[in-house]
Amino acid sequence: MEIPYTVEPRPDTGLYNAKLGIWLFLASEVMLFGALFSTYILLRTGNPNWVQHPMDVPLATLNTMLLISSSVTVVLAWAGLRLKNFAQFRKYGILTLLLAGGFMVIKGFEYSAEFSAGLFPWTDNYMAVYFTMTGLHGLHIVGGMVVIAYLLGPGAKMWETEPERFTNRIEVFGLYWHFVDLVWIFLFPSLYLL
Amino acid sequence: MSAHDSPEAIQAETRKYIMVFAGLAVLTIITVAISYLDLSIGMAVALAMVVATVKGSLVAAYFMHLIDERKAIYAILALTMFFFVVLMLVPPAAFSDHTGVSTEVAREADGEHH
Repeated sequence: MEIPYTVEPRPDTGLYNAKLGIWLFLASEVMLFGALFSTYILLRTGNPNWVQHPMDVPLATLNTMLLISSSVTVVLAWAGLRLKNFAQFRKYGILTLLLAGGFMVIKGFEYSAEFSAGLFPWTDNYMAVYFTMTGLHGLHIVGGMVVIAYLLGPGAKMWETEPERFTNRIEVFGLYWHFVDLVWIFLFPSLYLL
Repeated sequence: MSAHDSPEAIQAETRKYIMVFAGLAVLTIITVAISYLDLSIGMAVALAMVVATVKGSLVAAYFMHLIDERKAIYAILALTMFFFVVLMLVPPAAFSDHTGVSTEVAREADGEHH
């Protein structure tokens, strides 16, 4: 049986199913990260002896720039497919993967420096919050890297048979990726600068 | 192909994406610069959150196309935002109920009562 509404919009929602699906998923993600932000606010404002360890702001700023850049490369990859230009998609898709990889490598350096300084998730509340939130965010980055690697590799075969459906897949991936970027936009000042 | 998907429209969109990227980069620098100012914690939090919200709105509006989306998505987001606000109200609600008050402060408060 063929899956309906993979390309044409459903008459009632005006959306193809994957797009509705990703927005419902992102709604659940808002609640997941929202709960963690709420917990952070409660723990921090409720503790008069809150300890804030100095974090590596220049590295985190560089990571912010990498993630913002990867959001642009994703929309440019999608624009490439809409222009029927697969080479543009491939170029910007690979760039997205590299930028995401760069983000994780830098995060790895940061974690390594923190462990060397004796800072672990069980050190205090700040470090627990820091590792939980950046760790969960990092897992989202890794998940996105797996998906874009698949779409650049074996998944790209769909471009030959169902180009519109493939273009929609990239749009859906892009929505997820921008959300991951958006979460970092709030994590960065909350954990590194305040 | 709709007018939305014409090569000219897509090229124009691409230029918009680059401009948004430039805006996000500048705002990131502003966020870091604010953290070096000698501000009270309340002012620093407020400014940082204002800048982050502007950045987040740019990403949501342009990269996630929320500036021009279907009603079904706005409906999902409105419901999500309602419950997100409820989550954000948990800390102040907890304090107004004295839950989460540090042990030291609670002990002092108890001492005053006895």
